[in-house]
Amino acid sequence: MMLELSAVHAHYGHIHALHGVDLAVQVGEVVTLIGANGAGKSTLMMSLFGQPRASMGRIIFDGEDITALPAHEISRRGIALVPEGRRIFPRMTVMENLQMGAALADPTNFDVDLKRMCALFPILDERQGQRAGTLSGGEQQMLAIARALMSRPKLLLLDEPSLGLAPLYIKKIFQTIRTLNRDHGMTVLLVEQNAHHALRVAHRGYVLQHGRIVLSGSGRELLASPEVRAAYLEGGAGKGD
Amino acid sequence: MVVLAHQAPSVAQRCKDAGAVAAIALLLGIPMLGLTTVDQGGSLLVATRWPTLAIFVALCFAGRLLARYAIDALQARARRRPAATLLRPGARHQLSLWLGWGCFGVALALPFVFSDNRYIVDTATTVLIYVMLGWGLNVVVGLAGLLDLGYVAFYAVGAYAYAVLSTQFGWGFWQALPVAGGLAASFGLLLGWPTLRLRGDYLAIVTLGFGEIVRIILVNWTALSGGPNGIASIPRPSFFGLPFKPGDDSATFAGFFGLDFSPLHRLIFLYYLILALAMLTNLFVSRLRRLPIGRAWEAMREDEIACKAMGMNVTNVKLSAFAIGAMLGGLAGVFFAARQGFISPESFTFNESAIILAIVVLGGMGSQLGVVLASLVLVLLPELGRDFAEYRMLLFGTAMILIMIWRPGGILSQRQPTLRHRAEAGAAP
Repeated sequence: MMLELSAVHAHYGHIHALHGVDLAVQVGEVVTLIGANGAGKSTLMMSLFGQPRASMGRIIFDGEDITALPAHEISRRGIALVPEGRRIFPRMTVMENLQMGAALADPTNFDVDLKRMCALFPILDERQGQRAGTLSGGEQQMLAIARALMSRPKLLLLDEPSLGLAPLYIKKIFQTIRTLNRDHGMTVLLVEQNAHHALRVAHRGYVLQHGRIVLSGSGRELLASPEVRAAYLEGGAGKGD
Repeated sequence: MVVLAHQAPSVAQRCKDAGAVAAIALLLGIPMLGLTTVDQGGSLLVATRWPTLAIFVALCFAGRLLARYAIDALQARARRRPAATLLRPGARHQLSLWLGWGCFGVALALPFVFSDNRYIVDTATTVLIYVMLGWGLNVVVGLAGLLDLGYVAFYAVGAYAYAVLSTQFGWGFWQALPVAGGLAASFGLLLGWPTLRLRGDYLAIVTLGFGEIVRIILVNWTALSGGPNGIASIPRPSFFGLPFKPGDDSATFAGFFGLDFSPLHRLIFLYYLILALAMLTNLFVSRLRRLPIGRAWEAMREDEIACKAMGMNVTNVKLSAFAIGAMLGGLAGVFFAARQGFISPESFTFNESAIILAIVVLGGMGSQLGVVLASLVLVLLPELGRDFAEYRMLLFGTAMILIMIWRPGGILSQRQPTLRHRAEAGAAP
């Protein structure tokens, strides 16, 4: 088991955002977490890093309880986050962004990893010396993913990577996730609103609603499930529950 | 291509624009120029000066009209210039490199050229103190992006540390320098620790308060700091043990080198001392910028959350920025105390913090050379403006406004990447 959340609760001030979430990610899996706006998807992702810290329950990563660890210690255990809204360093160059991603990695791997990223995202190779803030949204998302991968993580967390991107880039991003998983054996936890794409790329999925997991199953099962179809795939035509 | 925005405004538009400016001038002018008080037989009477006001408003109207024409003409010319003739980033880097070395060369040669001009050497020393302070604050504000309005506190800590150590314990300049730097750094940590969670405006307020707290303690802790009277007769640094005193024996600087004693010797020595300290600061900071810690500062300025996600310990990154910035301020303070020979809390008011911050901001956040240029402007302008007496600060303010209009990102706003494009990495597919 790579990551296991059991009965995790989290609060933002007085708002009870997560109500006992159970979730597991196996080694080599792509797991997706879908849900509407405000369901608690990003809260769950951030509570893995202790922001906000889980008020109850346990988070086990790679056999170690990380519930109480500070954020930087958690990422040092081998979890890399591609945050929502990309959050690249806009005034730094593409190259410097990648180097920030590798800040805690073994420096002898840097050149090898850089070549790998350039092969995976040829556009970043072309733009190495360019300020990251001048890249397009899709390119920034690729940079954010590449930056996260530079630390050679065991688990890659992606928070809404398709948010605000052109359809062509959305396709590319999901293609990349598939490639990373299939060819590089990367374990991925993917938070998405774009349920259709996410479920197609994922081995398993969870549906989060009002801070609770209401459904789980294989990607294919969830895609076929009438509840998911009604709530997330057909423009919310159904009742949602 | 958007053509509309590039079209020159019509005469009517220009008149309207100038008319608006004239209207503001009229509003401001009525109380400031239109009405005046005259003393008549012991009682104050209000008199009017409408003709003066009319001239003022007319001048504003004409001035605005002309200024607008000039700005439009300049902008049009800038647009017509083909992009190829603009400096490439590489060429710009080259230029600033040459400019930097040029400044250094001038700074080295200055005391030789003006070896008999006390005023120029003294003013240049002041400029260099501000350059050093600017470089120190640049670590905190420019690189780490932590707005510090109380930087003068560390300057004061350094100055008082040297003053107390030398007058009460007989320490020399070189002994006190590292100790005072360390003390200032620990004050940096003292400020950094409680403000870890604050950002932007809130951080600015707390740092502002911190600067005032230090000053007020210095005013009131009479036993240590002499209160508002300050500390006088602080020993001056000696030239490797040779004091700058009149006398023919070989135990003084002049005697040892067989020179005639001149008070300028010490001034020139102090000048080179601060030049050396400032250049060491520059070297130190630009080395740091290329190290992981410097890149971490810049990344934190850009996005703190992303830094945390990258496994960076933001606490340490912030504290190190505060401590190193404070240490450099403290070192400058030691020099200041040694140069002045007398310090009092009056030298460490908020005004001082504001000037240092203005140097960093006007220079272009994070730019080392920008700090030099801004210090030159901000220190020399009030000096040059002495002839203008009470209009001095007006000149100063105008210069600042003009810089902000023409170079909104600071004099040198171009950030230099710490990493060059790697050919070997780029060549591989």
